[in-house]
Amino acid sequence: MRNNHDNNQIFHSVTLDPDKCMGCVTCVKRCPTEAIRVRDGKASIIGEYCIDCGECIRVCPHHAKHAAYDTPDVIKRYRYSVALPAPALYGQFGNLESTDIVLNALVAIGFDEVFEVAKAAEIVSDYTRKIMEEEDNLPHPLISCACPAVVRLIRVEYPELIENLHRTVPPVELAARMAVRKVMDEHPELTRSDIGIVFITPCPAKVTYMRSPMGLDSSEIDAAVAMKEIYPKLLEHMPEIAETYETSLPELQSAGRMGVSWCGSGGEATALLTESYLAADGIENVVHVLDSLEEERLGDLDFIELNACAGGCVGGVLTVENPYIAHTRIQKLRKFMPVSLNHFECGQENLIKDDKPLDYVDYVAVQKLSEDYEEALSLLERMGEIEESLPGLDCGACGAPSCKAFAEDIIRGKAKQSDCIISMRDQLLQLAEKEGISESFIPRPFRTGEQE
Amino acid sequence: MPKLHFRYEVDGDDFTRAGEASSKLKQSLKQLGLSPQLVRRAAIAMYEGEINMVAHADGGVIDVDIDTVAITIVMKDTGKGIEDIGQAMKEGFSTASEEVRQMGFGAGMGLPNMKKHSDYMKVDSEVGVGTTVTMKISIADE
Repeated sequence: MRNNHDNNQIFHSVTLDPDKCMGCVTCVKRCPTEAIRVRDGKASIIGEYCIDCGECIRVCPHHAKHAAYDTPDVIKRYRYSVALPAPALYGQFGNLESTDIVLNALVAIGFDEVFEVAKAAEIVSDYTRKIMEEEDNLPHPLISCACPAVVRLIRVEYPELIENLHRTVPPVELAARMAVRKVMDEHPELTRSDIGIVFITPCPAKVTYMRSPMGLDSSEIDAAVAMKEIYPKLLEHMPEIAETYETSLPELQSAGRMGVSWCGSGGEATALLTESYLAADGIENVVHVLDSLEEERLGDLDFIELNACAGGCVGGVLTVENPYIAHTRIQKLRKFMPVSLNHFECGQENLIKDDKPLDYVDYVAVQKLSEDYEEALSLLERMGEIEESLPGLDCGACGAPSCKAFAEDIIRGKAKQSDCIISMRDQLLQLAEKEGISESFIPRPFRTGEQE
Repeated sequence: MPKLHFRYEVDGDDFTRAGEASSKLKQSLKQLGLSPQLVRRAAIAMYEGEINMVAHADGGVIDVDIDTVAITIVMKDTGKGIEDIGQAMKEGFSTASEEVRQMGFGAGMGLPNMKKHSDYMKVDSEVGVGTTVTMKISIADE
């Protein structure tokens, strides 16, 4: 799956099943970037605005929204496959005595090797601590780049904050890079295409990252399998593995408390051993924090960790368990873990840093109404007039999330004023009056109520 | 010459709503395709003004005019007025109540920040009558 993203076409992993979509406006209303419209009775996503956060998948009552990911069978495509479990995976199972049971179950279902993302996370943490201490010209505050939905959101809505993004690859990418090196070293008989680096992902945003990584030309991750798909397969093997635990089980656990804690909100930030941090989770909170930061309202901070999902990665839409339950389980699991098992080593800089300097994520001014400023001024004025003439109910029946968004759609030529059913009601009433038809013949929601 | 006018009403004593007007303006400026730096400056200047209106003047009215030359923000209140404008403009000077400070406001940076982020600022105030702050942010060199 590497090297296949088109620069002009933004890849998205959130897709729609038109057979299941009823054309209701649940997703339209909940989308944090107002990227969804109902057109011809079906929801459709505006690619430029979508940040792949997966909120629409979460809220769709008809299960019509899906994430594109690989099935667990993908490992058969490779001669040698490596599983990259995100630490959130450990929170999916109850009564787990050790993460080793999950890691060995991954081997039992067919992976040749396991490389914990938590291990790479510890290296990223150590590296970040180091540069925060040593480098004077770091952006202040530094914003985590671990949540790809947040990075995309910053790219779409907060271009001024792009320079604050931490210039490392996310832990999953570092894990992939390290795993590739390790396997190539240990198995000289294999070529790169024989090796499958398979990420066990909690969310669609990370699938998108793999397909079109921001700040990189290409990702070393070859496939992404949803946590919820691998979950039942692991469950089949886990009871048996748990029985042999402590006697004959190979020790695969390679990360400590710090790495595993990245699964929840605040985990990444606390690993930096500074009090001067802010960790926010849930897309509404993320938006609020970014607004405040953009307007210089947050005061002095060293680090900002932002997770689009409530609870952090354990809240990913491709996980099985409730985020807070999963987090509590991980809390218990990590109790007997060492603090950290991995450290940044000199020479790892080129593995940990992103490829593209400075213009890390190109600012895409998707919001502007026209390239010509004067024209944009008149369009915005017209938009205000249209909005004024609309009922202001934000009912969504036109397919847009609000009357304001609808007015913008009209200006952009994506909708017609006659798409508003409330305006249609007024026309209907006028017609009824002209024809001398009593209001009682008109459906109740369309009546003005004056004649009741 | 095309010209755009917005009016925002600011509610007094409701800190939960302070920032609504500046966030709406920010959205509009982004739609105009103005540079992120300029959008940020306008949003900060207006937000600080909004907070002042809420904290000191029991709300007021903001008029924003945008044309091809500048963004002009006029913030008008009928609050208690500023006794000594020179002193109020000094960084760190604050008359905010303890209650307001506990909410993280009142650091005495409001007016200085407004001045810093605008190209022109004028404060007219009369004790007991009210305050009008006029700010201009030039977009000519955009």
